[in-house]
Amino acid sequence: MVEAAQIRLLLEQVNDPEIPVLSVLDLGVVQKIYLEANQWIIELTPTYSGCPAMQQIEADILSKLSENGIENARVKHVLSPAWTTDWISKEGRQKLLLYGIAPPVDEVDKSTLFASGPTVNCPKCSSTNTRMVSLFGSTACKAHYQCTECLEPFDYFKCLK
Amino acid sequence: MQQDSLFEYVMRLSDDSLILGQRLGEWCGHGPILEEDIAITNIALDLIGQSISLYDFAAELEAKGRNHDQLAYLRYENEYKNVLLVEQPNGDFAMTMLRQFFFDAFRLPLYEALMQSRVAQLAAIAAKSVKETRYHLKHSSEWVIRLGDGTEESHMRAQAAIDHLWRYTNELFYENAHDQRLQESGAVPLMSDIKEKWQKTVHEVLQEATLQLPSNNWKFDGGREGRHSEHMGYILSDLQYMQRAYPNMEW
Repeated sequence: MVEAAQIRLLLEQVNDPEIPVLSVLDLGVVQKIYLEANQWIIELTPTYSGCPAMQQIEADILSKLSENGIENARVKHVLSPAWTTDWISKEGRQKLLLYGIAPPVDEVDKSTLFASGPTVNCPKCSSTNTRMVSLFGSTACKAHYQCTECLEPFDYFKCLK
Repeated sequence: MQQDSLFEYVMRLSDDSLILGQRLGEWCGHGPILEEDIAITNIALDLIGQSISLYDFAAELEAKGRNHDQLAYLRYENEYKNVLLVEQPNGDFAMTMLRQFFFDAFRLPLYEALMQSRVAQLAAIAAKSVKETRYHLKHSSEWVIRLGDGTEESHMRAQAAIDHLWRYTNELFYENAHDQRLQESGAVPLMSDIKEKWQKTVHEVLQEATLQLPSNNWKFDGGREGRHSEHMGYILSDLQYMQRAYPNMEW
């Protein structure tokens, strides 16, 4: 008999297709794993409404489970409670940093116009001397920053609360 | 009956998001600078993502076996209930940003209020979308201020955009008898409350941007009742091409 803990272990091997160093568990998009009428339900919540990676993640989860003999599973998409960057695990934050993406920093009121954005450390040289180039980066979840010390341009995983 | 009214209401939200997302998508590869090209298409993606959640919910309410693709791509022009504002052409960058600003300043307080909806799924979609919309409003507000309080040329273009788009803004606050029943049951907020918040944001930002509201009160509407401007058919022919040419295709 398969247990939820085994499924969880398998999900650790399923990575975000756009940030392949993060597993779906690190990213915090798996809400619940439970058995219902002899079928495993994996509850998945999107990071952003239009995130194109979600369909790929669903397919990857099901194929990983299937490779391991678990066929009676399906993914259920849930919106509530809404995903927040707080759900990215501690290990996940470390992995982002090593990969060259600055992890989310707690942000003050983001509605303030022309706020300079949070102080983000450069993932390359750790300098705090960085600037936001654009609030919108290469994917919906990232902003574009540049280090004014080592000049490295980098992605910042922007805070979503 | 309540179910039908709610379906109509959700379809309006969804059509607004879809059509504006489609319009913004036209900027892809044409943005004035690379960062802005990426920002506009990111916002388009959020809007289209929100419309998927909304169409899914509408399909559930309707219970006729239609899915989000059928709702998005297989209706005729008079069945779309988006406001005229979102179907207006992109024009220059100022026109696009002003259109976005008027819309974001409306959507944010609407989503904030819908988070309190007695309809759980509507509240969940609002709670998800509100976070994205905050970023959108910040982005469009900052551009309105930069353009208005920028050079003579950018000021002139931003003011021209306001003068042109102002006539379409009143329709954002459309409501009918069905909506009143939804309001009484706590499903949706009063539009008068949303309008008050919208006016406050618009006045603050335009003041900071040294831009003026037009003195005339000329108003255009019809989109909420399926009567669209001449631009809508062209949008739909682009939007629906693939589904019409290859029925039931999926990516």
